[in-house]
Amino acid sequence: MSDDDAGADAPPADPSTAEPGAGSATEPRHFVRMFSVWLVLSAIVVPLYYFLVGPHVPPGTMSSTAEENQFDFNVLMVLALPVLLAVWVYLGYCIMTWRAAKAGAADPVGGEVARNHLGVQTGWIAITSVIVLFLAGFGTFELIANNGAGGGEGPNPVWTPTSAHILPIQVIGQQWTFTYRYPTFGGFESSKLMVPVDTTVAFHVTSLDVIHSFWAYQLSIKADANPQVDNVAYTTAHHTGSVTVRCSELCGLWHGAMFNYGQVVSKDAFESWAKSTEAATAANTKLLPPFAWTYVPDANGAGGGFYNNDTVDPYSPSEVYGAKQPAS
Amino acid sequence: MSFGGRLSAVLVLLAIAIGLAVYTVVTYLTPQSGVVDFTAAQPAGAPVTLTVQTVGSIGYGAHPTWVTYMVQAPDGQWEHDTTWKVPAHTRINMTIHQFDSGSPLRNQQWGRVQGVTGGVEILNGKPISVYDSNTGNGVGHTFAIPTLGVNVPLVGVDSNASNICSQAPCGSDSVSNTIKVSFVTPGPGEYPWQCFVPCGLGFLYGNGGPMSNANYMGGFLDVTA
Repeated sequence: MSDDDAGADAPPADPSTAEPGAGSATEPRHFVRMFSVWLVLSAIVVPLYYFLVGPHVPPGTMSSTAEENQFDFNVLMVLALPVLLAVWVYLGYCIMTWRAAKAGAADPVGGEVARNHLGVQTGWIAITSVIVLFLAGFGTFELIANNGAGGGEGPNPVWTPTSAHILPIQVIGQQWTFTYRYPTFGGFESSKLMVPVDTTVAFHVTSLDVIHSFWAYQLSIKADANPQVDNVAYTTAHHTGSVTVRCSELCGLWHGAMFNYGQVVSKDAFESWAKSTEAATAANTKLLPPFAWTYVPDANGAGGGFYNNDTVDPYSPSEVYGAKQPAS
Repeated sequence: MSFGGRLSAVLVLLAIAIGLAVYTVVTYLTPQSGVVDFTAAQPAGAPVTLTVQTVGSIGYGAHPTWVTYMVQAPDGQWEHDTTWKVPAHTRINMTIHQFDSGSPLRNQQWGRVQGVTGGVEILNGKPISVYDSNTGNGVGHTFAIPTLGVNVPLVGVDSNASNICSQAPCGSDSVSNTIKVSFVTPGPGEYPWQCFVPCGLGFLYGNGGPMSNANYMGGFLDVTA
């Protein structure tokens, strides 16, 4: 600081000849000083963040997608922290060195001198371009390499897992809760999400009414639930534990209450639960419509037509969730 | 004016603006009615008797054609409130008088009785665990507390009956179904309940109007210690 003070207290350089950042015979090399401070801070802060904070960054490591998303967040932070530090160091250095109240501080430089510094402009454009392009490439790679990274890929996913066995679980959004159908266990429907550990799962997300969004926080799955759309997202749970499911699309009065809980359990426990639930709900499952990836929610309820009302055909020409199809 | 004075003025104006915004939001979101308290005269640990009714049209107020729940307060009066204060870890013996007609469920999952004692409801004296909403009069409404896994289908009455109630509160002179269930409240907290039948006639997917306004087809179970 004493050097700064000495330099700043010196007579101000002639703005018309001074080269910004390069210093002069009577002035310290400000850029070198700022860069040095920034470099040291970055070398300390970034590793501290990555190794101490990084492992605790949401959404944790319960699933393959959670691990990947946590890694992605940490990469973003590792790139963002030096930028943040650069801004802070620059502002702090400016305040300490060139504040107006400081005796002998140079007048603000403007006009021609403030323009056309090739090094600053080129450096700014180059650095920001490299960062943005790298992030675009990195993000795209992570999406492809991680089978959509937990996001919905639509009805025809192009980045699919290579697992030999994939468990399909259908997520049905409706105002205001999620229910789950298990097509490989007779198509029973459950109000609770159960997921086996170490098994690749394909969530087929759809809706019976408005747009919802299925967000299984600890699994790091987030996929929009659109009526008549089968939105597929993949993950593999690596640890057992509780999962919180929330709707993350504003969907009406009780949107805030649209959450429930699930469990990641051992494969044996899942098999046991699925088979016992299939048996326990058999009477209701046979009343459900045949399993389909999407359902048309237009025939039932007050918006469609009431049962026993001969003036309204309660059946849709395509499959309708909850209504028996007319014999044909 | 000094810098301190200007700063103080700005902060005061900012505080007033924030206060007005918070007041507006809270006023908008707060139900325009009270809470029916089932804990006041309740002996500790004794079961709570909760009696409600579902009516096809309330018949009065700002939305006389809207379907609604009504609740019988401890003093015997029927109230148009859907926030019910009950004690924690206590058995709730619930009786629901269903006065509305029904239809097939959009999702037959809500035809399954869930989360109540024995997994059954007593429908007009007979226990059932599943009701096929494609038969009979269908299901008019459900009483569901999603966070507790509770779901009770309320079978509809005959829509061709001559004595369908159209003015709340409804009495025994109107056609109705009586459903009885029991469940135990969890620890203290606010547990939203709702109907899963899209019964908001004339609204998008049936989930607007009475389905999207407090005090009609949804509310809170306010569980206190």
